[in-house]
Amino acid sequence: MATNTQIPVADRRAPVIEPGHTYSTIGEKISNIVLRRPISLGWVFGFFVMFSGMNMLLFALGWLFWRGTGIWGITIPIGWGFAIINFVWWIGIGHAGTLISAILCLLRQTWRNSINRFAEAMTLFAVACAGVFPLVHTGRPWLAYWMFPYPNTMNYWPNFRSPLIWDVFAVSTYFTISLVFWFTGLIPDFATMRDRAENRYTRTIYGILAMGWRGSARHWHRYETAYLLLAGLATPLVLSVHTVVSFDFAISIVPGWHTTIFPPYFVAGAIYSGFAMVLCLAIPIRAIYDLSDFITMRHLETAGKVMLATGLIVGYGYGIEAFMGWYSGNKFDSFLLWNRLHGPYAFWYLSLLATNILVPQLLWFKKFRTSTFWLWVLSFIVLVGMWLERFIIIVVSLQRDFLNSSWGMYYPTKWDYMTFAGTIGMFLTAMWLFVRILPMISISELKTLLPEAHVHEAAEVKQ
Amino acid sequence: MNDASTYGLMAEFDSAQELLDAAHKTHEAGYQKVDAFSPFPIEGLAEAIGFRKNRVPFVVLIGGLIGGLSGYLLQYYVAVITYPTNIGGRPLHSWPSFIIVTFEMTILFAGLAAVFGMLALNGLPMPYHPVFNVPEFTGASDNKFFLVVFSTDPKYDAARTRDFLKGLGPRMLTEVPS
Repeated sequence: MATNTQIPVADRRAPVIEPGHTYSTIGEKISNIVLRRPISLGWVFGFFVMFSGMNMLLFALGWLFWRGTGIWGITIPIGWGFAIINFVWWIGIGHAGTLISAILCLLRQTWRNSINRFAEAMTLFAVACAGVFPLVHTGRPWLAYWMFPYPNTMNYWPNFRSPLIWDVFAVSTYFTISLVFWFTGLIPDFATMRDRAENRYTRTIYGILAMGWRGSARHWHRYETAYLLLAGLATPLVLSVHTVVSFDFAISIVPGWHTTIFPPYFVAGAIYSGFAMVLCLAIPIRAIYDLSDFITMRHLETAGKVMLATGLIVGYGYGIEAFMGWYSGNKFDSFLLWNRLHGPYAFWYLSLLATNILVPQLLWFKKFRTSTFWLWVLSFIVLVGMWLERFIIIVVSLQRDFLNSSWGMYYPTKWDYMTFAGTIGMFLTAMWLFVRILPMISISELKTLLPEAHVHEAAEVKQ
Repeated sequence: MNDASTYGLMAEFDSAQELLDAAHKTHEAGYQKVDAFSPFPIEGLAEAIGFRKNRVPFVVLIGGLIGGLSGYLLQYYVAVITYPTNIGGRPLHSWPSFIIVTFEMTILFAGLAAVFGMLALNGLPMPYHPVFNVPEFTGASDNKFFLVVFSTDPKYDAARTRDFLKGLGPRMLTEVPS
């Protein structure tokens, strides 16, 4: 970790960790949420609500498996309805977790240490939710393994020139690497949990997970190397995932999809919505579990700034799309622009501009960036906006393509809504369990932020 | 070499800095089989106890190479040799389309090599280890810093090593039963 002993005097930002903490108080405060804090009625109630949501998902999927995708609103020309919208939305949300844990680790942004664990968990759960959609959208999800290359009696192999196969590789790699990255970060904390647990069973479970971690200097050295290399590997990976997702669109010839700006614009949008989700979850959790010592205003404000910056990139993407619609001289492209502004979904396009571009400009003001209430509201608006963005990209582009004989409308059914709401339930159920089962802030990484953790190479010893 | 019932001598220190200084002095005194334990990574501590050979990067490199090569060769085998299909008149060996899967496989194998390589080189999972016999050692994951000189060290001598460690000013000194 970087030696941060010489913090500039002029640094008037809020501290990354409130003063007065020692190694012990950090471990105690974070592990007590899991080990000592009794389960409150509010938690049980919340869990019940979220778990019901998850069961609604199972119900909707059960009916889907029985009847087929006909229960959804998808028809030709709009064959990619809610399923793909939600897939792109969820996987985008996941991106913030990897950005925080990998890219900010490489950039030595020490403020990431108190939010990375929690953001990585968010990534995993969001990618799990995302994975549901393309799987069930195949129509026969029990045959989804056909997408993987394996020798089979049908003598069949997947087509590696198809972006949909690239997606299979990108998303499954992303999930696997996120999982091992998260688990690697947890190993030293499992040891802390093992050593702090009073209950024998709890100690045994955390002990198994810690795998005998004892904090040996050799182990730490290899551990840090592996962690840094994982961060270095996850950085291009996270940028590639949404790039590949955008190829699903950009490789095709549909107006509004066939553009070169899609990869960077998708990645920026992903980080935008991801940070919004981080704030949406971190603000209430910080208040409920009294973690404002570790997740300080500095973290929230910085997340707000990242949202502002990525939001501006997304705004630039919209601008270029509109400009190219006019400048290309291609009548299908310019019709798409007209259709967005004046077609049957114009209200939603204007809502998208309002929620994704206009309202988040409030983040320019420190007053909004440092108010938990406003940050939460703005994050929620951005989440809605990013969902609308995917709706516009998918539905409006497919709705009216080259031939007016193949124009149509998209009407989602109750099963579409139930599946979408159900994945939110599944995501929050997982989050609900996570905060009570695992240390939601990295204990060992937070300890390195304390001034007494910084050592200087002992020159005087050699005398 | 001493009696086999002792794993080593364990000294506890108050801070990360004291542990680092003690590790330096122990290493300079000629002890080679030494380990240090801390609740978080301490910069320079592994080097201080004479740890030089970190093979994790090499393992990751090999993993990445295997992943990338197998990813590309798989696609080549499928698209050119075993299941050639004409798609839009593109050549069978249309390598630009193969870049993404090759890249993803490189990352996947390198990442898994990093985690499992690190665990394997660290000898984890390890269900039993003698240092856990010392009750105070639970603090190694909390706020305590330990230095252990193994009894297998050629320079180890129960009395003299004890005196040496005492000279480093530890808070506690104890024998670790094996």
